[in-house]
Amino acid sequence: MPPFLFWIFALLMLVFGAAVVINRNPIASALNLVVSFLGLAALFMSLDAFFVGIIQVLIYAGAIMVLFLFIIMLLDLRAEKLRKINWLASAGGIAVALVLLTQILYVIGNLKAAQQTFPPLARSTIDDVRNVGLVLFGNYNLPFQIIGILVLVATIGIVLLSRHELR
Amino acid sequence: MLREYLPVLLQIIVAIGFAASVLLVSVLAGKTGTRSALKDSPYECGMVPQGAGQPRFSVKFYLVAMLFILFDLEIVFMYPWAVVYKEAVAQSSSIFWSMLSFITILMVGYVYALKKGVLDFKK
Amino acid sequence: MSGDVVDQIFIRAKQWLLSWLAGAPDWIIQITSSLLNIFALLGVFLTLFALISVLERKILGRMQNRYGPNRVGPFGLFQPIADGIKMLIKEDIVPARADKIVHFLAPILIAATAILALGVIPYGRNMTPFAIDGGILFFFAVGSTTELAVFMAGWGSNNKFSMLGAMRAIAQMVSYELPLIITTLPVVMVAGALSPDVIVTAQAGYSFGFVPHWFVTTPWGAAAFVLFFVSGLVESNRTPFDVPEGESEIVAGHMTEYSGFKYATFFMAEYIGMFAISGLAVTLFLGGWHAPVRVLQFIPSYIWFFAKLSALLFVYIWLRGTLPRTRIDHIMNFAWKFMLPMAFTCIFAAAVWHYMGRGLAGWLCSLAVIGIVYIALSILLDTRKRFATRTYRFAE
Repeated sequence: MPPFLFWIFALLMLVFGAAVVINRNPIASALNLVVSFLGLAALFMSLDAFFVGIIQVLIYAGAIMVLFLFIIMLLDLRAEKLRKINWLASAGGIAVALVLLTQILYVIGNLKAAQQTFPPLARSTIDDVRNVGLVLFGNYNLPFQIIGILVLVATIGIVLLSRHELR
Repeated sequence: MLREYLPVLLQIIVAIGFAASVLLVSVLAGKTGTRSALKDSPYECGMVPQGAGQPRFSVKFYLVAMLFILFDLEIVFMYPWAVVYKEAVAQSSSIFWSMLSFITILMVGYVYALKKGVLDFKK
Repeated sequence: MSGDVVDQIFIRAKQWLLSWLAGAPDWIIQITSSLLNIFALLGVFLTLFALISVLERKILGRMQNRYGPNRVGPFGLFQPIADGIKMLIKEDIVPARADKIVHFLAPILIAATAILALGVIPYGRNMTPFAIDGGILFFFAVGSTTELAVFMAGWGSNNKFSMLGAMRAIAQMVSYELPLIITTLPVVMVAGALSPDVIVTAQAGYSFGFVPHWFVTTPWGAAAFVLFFVSGLVESNRTPFDVPEGESEIVAGHMTEYSGFKYATFFMAEYIGMFAISGLAVTLFLGGWHAPVRVLQFIPSYIWFFAKLSALLFVYIWLRGTLPRTRIDHIMNFAWKFMLPMAFTCIFAAAVWHYMGRGLAGWLCSLAVIGIVYIALSILLDTRKRFATRTYRFAE
């Protein structure tokens, strides 16, 4: 993929990611998050991870954002809009973020691996959905069943938590 | 890689461009009438709008979304399963039983939710 | 072979056009080639949209014992042009309290996703606009962003009816998205690939020369097709599942505050989404562009595809003329209590069918699986006792 596409998608992610934090309105934040997810999905696809990229859109941009939006609609939005910005706290947050950023840049600058160019990705002959399937149902059958139990526990949790709301 | 997705990218650009340009043309070509406070108010069948624009919604909607995510997650695992099923089942039937037990585990949750009345939608 | 020339005429035409660019860099040829595909796609489906919008009104008119549009042009066929011009010069009203940006972006997003979803469907032999490996997954990923567009329309309008309509639309769309996606799984399983082209190829061939190997001819395929079709009705908000736009309850749902061409864009997106879902149903279950009988194979593949698509679209219109609107709680109950278990059963039946060697024994066993679950569900979900017996009253 030409580098300029990488920069476009990475910038898209970062700009809209920042907009998520800056926006005062929770729904506008959530909608910005979707664009950020789409940029991330494009980056995944550029790394030949088609399945992960599509799942990113299908699950995060499709399903989880719907849940976020529904939860926001349960809440009272006016309280959030009226909240005053604490400038001191914001300045502190920005300072911490900047310190972290310089630290990361410093570490990357001193890391040997970061100075070499990455080896090109090995092109797989079969598509990645098939790959995931073969590995998941070949070697990782037990973890797969445990994921099933995890989802079961989640289902029960939802039902229990919302039980008194349903009455 | 780019060869495969270039058409997709172009289609995204063309689709958005098409929809946006059509809307812009309509904004430019459309009649501009006089505006008034009543005309700009939300449409509530001719009544004066009451209360806040966005009411709060029932927890039912949230439950639907939550169950949707759980089943969607399941589908994510079922797609790789469906793709490899034909070749894997030729060697051993374990892939069939593996998915059957996965679905059975999930169906326990489904039946539980059903029994607790989460899936009863009443007016 | 002369039949081959007619079948591949559009591909030849494209190659002829591209031959003008011979000698240009590779990327220019690639971009031109995909742009040609995209504009051909847009042209065909916008024409189909115009045609269907007038045909729907004419067919509905006939069903209700009236003529339908017949004033503009021969048989009223120029009606869509008149409608388009009317929509274009209407005033665009944006309510004062609306979120202007979101209000403007929603129709663009909903139209763009509908157009994008059209791209993965094979319209004929070698006629897939973008042949990506995971075409089916791509279709659903794109389709799932429609819900966001609906939410944006509802929220951006800042109107109670819009928001309520949007919430209802999203709730029913996510509920039916599950059966919609799950019923494609048996097809993926049997074809062993996510690419629509491979799925169409897997449905080639005929038993005894007249029974096509379409997936709809197997019990699991028939059941999955019906479930898919019903879910498709809900996804495209068509009658009898058009609660979000039930004008007697919540005006026009999430489209209440839209006027002029923005409303027309929603309308167009709804129809193009309907074409996309029907196209996918044709691809998955009705053999794509394959002819139904061996002797009719001389007819070009794209004609078969569009014939099947038109047949499905006619059923959509027919249902609209026949069925009353369903209540939202009935729709949701039906999705979670009937469609979801039945969709899972289809996967199981297809697995059994494949396991038994795809012969008559497998056919009967998968029929038995589906039959048992169907009967069990209808006993468990017995709705008869909840309704009073229907009494008919007539005007004297």
